[in-house]
Amino acid sequence: MKSFSLGRTLAVFIKEFQQMLRDRLTFAMAFGVPVLQLILFGYAINTDPKGLPTAIVSADNSVLTRSIVVAMQNTGYFHITHDVASEREAEALIELGEVQFMVSIPVDFSRRLVRGERPAILVAADATDPSASGNAIAALGQLTTQALTSDLKGPLQGLNSTPAPFEIRVHRRYNPEGLSRYNIVPGLIGTILTMTLVMLTGIAMTRERERGTMENLLATPVRPFEVMIGKIFPYIVIGYIQLLVILSAAALLFEVPMQGSFLLLFGMIGVFMLANLAVGFTFSTLAKNQLQAMQMTFFFFLPSLLLSGFMFPFRGMPEWAQWIGEALPLTHFLRIVRGIMLKGNDATRVMHELWPMLLFLFAAGVVALKRYKQTLD
Amino acid sequence: MSGDPGYAINVRGLTKRYSGRAVVDHIDLQVRSGRICGFLGPNGSGKTTTIRMLCGLLTPDAGEGTCLGMDIATRAAEIRRQVGYMTQKFGLYEDLSIRENLEFIGRLYEIKDRHSAVDHALERLGLVERQRQLAGSLSGGWKQRLALAACLMHEPKLLLLDEPTAGVDPKARRDFWDQIHQLAAQGITVLVSTHYMDEAARCHELCYIAYGKTLARGTEREIIAQANLVVWSVSGTNLNPLVEPLKKAPGVLSVAAFGNTLHIAGSDALKVEAAISVFRSDAQFQWVRIDANLEDVFISLIGQAQDNFASSAERKPRGGA
Ligand SMILES: Nc1ncnc2c1ncn2[C@@H]1O[C@H](COP(=O)(O)OP(=O)(O)OP(=O)(O)O)[C@@H](O)[C@H]1O
Ligand SMILES: [Mg+2]
Repeated sequence: MKSFSLGRTLAVFIKEFQQMLRDRLTFAMAFGVPVLQLILFGYAINTDPKGLPTAIVSADNSVLTRSIVVAMQNTGYFHITHDVASEREAEALIELGEVQFMVSIPVDFSRRLVRGERPAILVAADATDPSASGNAIAALGQLTTQALTSDLKGPLQGLNSTPAPFEIRVHRRYNPEGLSRYNIVPGLIGTILTMTLVMLTGIAMTRERERGTMENLLATPVRPFEVMIGKIFPYIVIGYIQLLVILSAAALLFEVPMQGSFLLLFGMIGVFMLANLAVGFTFSTLAKNQLQAMQMTFFFFLPSLLLSGFMFPFRGMPEWAQWIGEALPLTHFLRIVRGIMLKGNDATRVMHELWPMLLFLFAAGVVALKRYKQTLD
Repeated sequence: MSGDPGYAINVRGLTKRYSGRAVVDHIDLQVRSGRICGFLGPNGSGKTTTIRMLCGLLTPDAGEGTCLGMDIATRAAEIRRQVGYMTQKFGLYEDLSIRENLEFIGRLYEIKDRHSAVDHALERLGLVERQRQLAGSLSGGWKQRLALAACLMHEPKLLLLDEPTAGVDPKARRDFWDQIHQLAAQGITVLVSTHYMDEAARCHELCYIAYGKTLARGTEREIIAQANLVVWSVSGTNLNPLVEPLKKAPGVLSVAAFGNTLHIAGSDALKVEAAISVFRSDAQFQWVRIDANLEDVFISLIGQAQDNFASSAERKPRGGA
C-alpha cells in the first residue's frame, strides 16, 4: 500500500498527455519557440574575457622563450595554469575544457630564432565559443614584434627588424572559422529546454489547483512521487521532440556539425531535462497560481541564461557569478553539448560535468517531494 | 482502536481554525454503517471543511475519531481508498472526455477490470453514446452525475457527497436519491450535504450545523420534537406589512414565507400568541396553528445561533482563541 505504483503513475502520465494534446497553445509553444529563438539568436554576443586558462608545453626553456611567455601573460588574456610535458596532454586539457589555450614552444626554438630562421610557436585555441578566444588571438598579432625588443640587443639587434623574429601559428580547434552560431546552437538547445520545461511543469500543478481538480486528485490513493513522475514524463517526450526540431533546424539553417555521438547527447539531455523538470515541479508546489509559476520560471531562467556561459563567456564573469553558474544545470549542460557536438567528446570526457547535474536533480527532487502536500491545509 | 465497527463515521470534537477563527468548532458526528446522514447548514457553516477533515484532506486542529474504523489522524491514506468523495466543485478534468476521466479514476484506484467498470459506469449513467464528449461540455446536472459515477467506481464503503444535487433537475434528483437508497441498502454509508429540505426528509438522520457548531442532530422527527416549536401560519392577500413588526416582537424566533403563507415560529406559545394577537382581529388574514416542519426548525435555530454568535462576537471583538 505504501509502495510505488506503476499503474497510478501511468494513470497520471496518460492523463497529462491527453490534456497536453488538447492544449493547442502549449503545443505551439513547445515547437514554435525553439525555431523562433534559433533564428533570432543567430547573432553573436561578443565580449572580452581575460585571464583565460592556458597550458604551456615548453620544449625549449631559455631567456627568450621566458620573455615571450611573460609577454603573453602581460596581454592579460593568457593565464598559465598548466605546464605539461607533451602536446597530447595539453590537447586533452582543451578537450575537457580545463584550458582555453595551448601554447607549444618547439625544441631548438631559441637557437633557430638567433640564427634568423623565424621559428614558430603553436597556439591552439578552443574556439567552440569564438567570442571567448577571439580577442586573445588578436592580441597575439602584436606580440611577435614587441615581445623580444629588450632581449635582442647588441649582435642580435638586427633580428628586431621586420619581419618579426618569430611566428605565432594559431590553430582554432573545433570551430576553425570562428563561427558564433556553432556556439549559439548548442547553447540554444539548453536554454530553450530550460525555459519551456520549467514553465510547463511549473504550471502543471498550479493548473490542477486553479481548476479545482486538485482536491479530487488528493482524495484518490495516488502518491506524491507518482504524481511527480507521471507529470514530468510527458514533458520529457516533448523535450526530445524539441531537441529534434532544434537539431534539424541547426543542420538545415546553420550547418552546425555534429562530431560526437547522438546517443550520448540524448542520454545527457535526459538528465538535464529531469533536473529542469524537478525545478518546475518544485515551483508548481510553491506557486499559488499559474502567474506566480511563470514568475518563478523567469526567476530561474534569467540566471541560467546570463550566468551559464551562454550569453557571456563563462571565464569572463566575476568569480561570484561563476560560483552561481556552477550550481546551475545549464552551465554543465552547455559544456557537455559543446563537447559532444563540436569536439566529438566521448562519455569519459563529459562525465565530470554530469555529476553536478545529477546532484542538482537530486536536490530539486527532494525539495519538490517535501513541498508536495497531501492535504489542502 | 477506538472505532466501534458499527459506526462508519465516529468523530468527536472536530475543530478547524483559519487565522484564529474556528470555522468548524467541536463538531461530533456519528453515522452508523449503512445509514444515510444528511449534513445541513447555511453557506459558510463549515460543511465542506468537516467533510475534508473526515477524508484526511485537512488536518483537524483538534478532535479525534475514526472513519470506517480507521483513525483519521494516522490512516488517512487507507481511508481514502475506501471512501468515495464527491467534491462540491466539479473536480474532474473538463478537457478530458467522459470516458478518459473515468479511465483515469479507474487507473488511480487500480481497479482490476477497468474497462468493464468504465463501461458499466457509462451504462448506468446513460452516457454510452456521449463517452467521447469532453466533460467540460456537459451541462451542470450531467457533470454532477458524472462526478458521482466517478466516485462510485472503486466501490467505496463510505460516500462523502458535498452538495451532489446542486443544480440538478427534480427528476434527476429523484433518480439520484433512489440510487443513494439502493447503495445504502447494500450497506454503503452516505454522508450527504444539501440545502434542500425535501432531500433532508429522505435521509435516515440529520446533522444541522451553523457557524461551525452543531445545532441539531437526530432523525427528522427527533429534531422537530426537540425544538418544541409553536408555529402559526397566516394567509391573506398582502402579508408584507406583517413581516417586520412580527420579527421584532418578543418571543418570535422566525418569520418565514412559505408560498402564499407566512410561518411565525417561537418556543413559547403564549409569547407567540401575544405577538400575533394584534393582527388576528384583522379579517383579511386567516390564522392556523400548524405542526412545525424541518425548515421552521432550522430557520429558528439559525436565528437563535445568529443572536448568540453576534453577542459573543461583541464580547470578544477580535475573536482570536
Ligand atoms: N482555506 C481557507 N482559508 C480561510 N478560510 C476558509 C478556508 N476554507 C474555508 N474557509 C472558511 O471556512 C468557513 C466554512 O467554509 P465551508 O466551505 O466549510 O462552508 P460550507 O458549509 O461548505 O458552505 P457552502 O454551503 O457555501 O458550501 C467559511 O467561512 C470559509 O470562508
Ligand atoms: Mg461547502
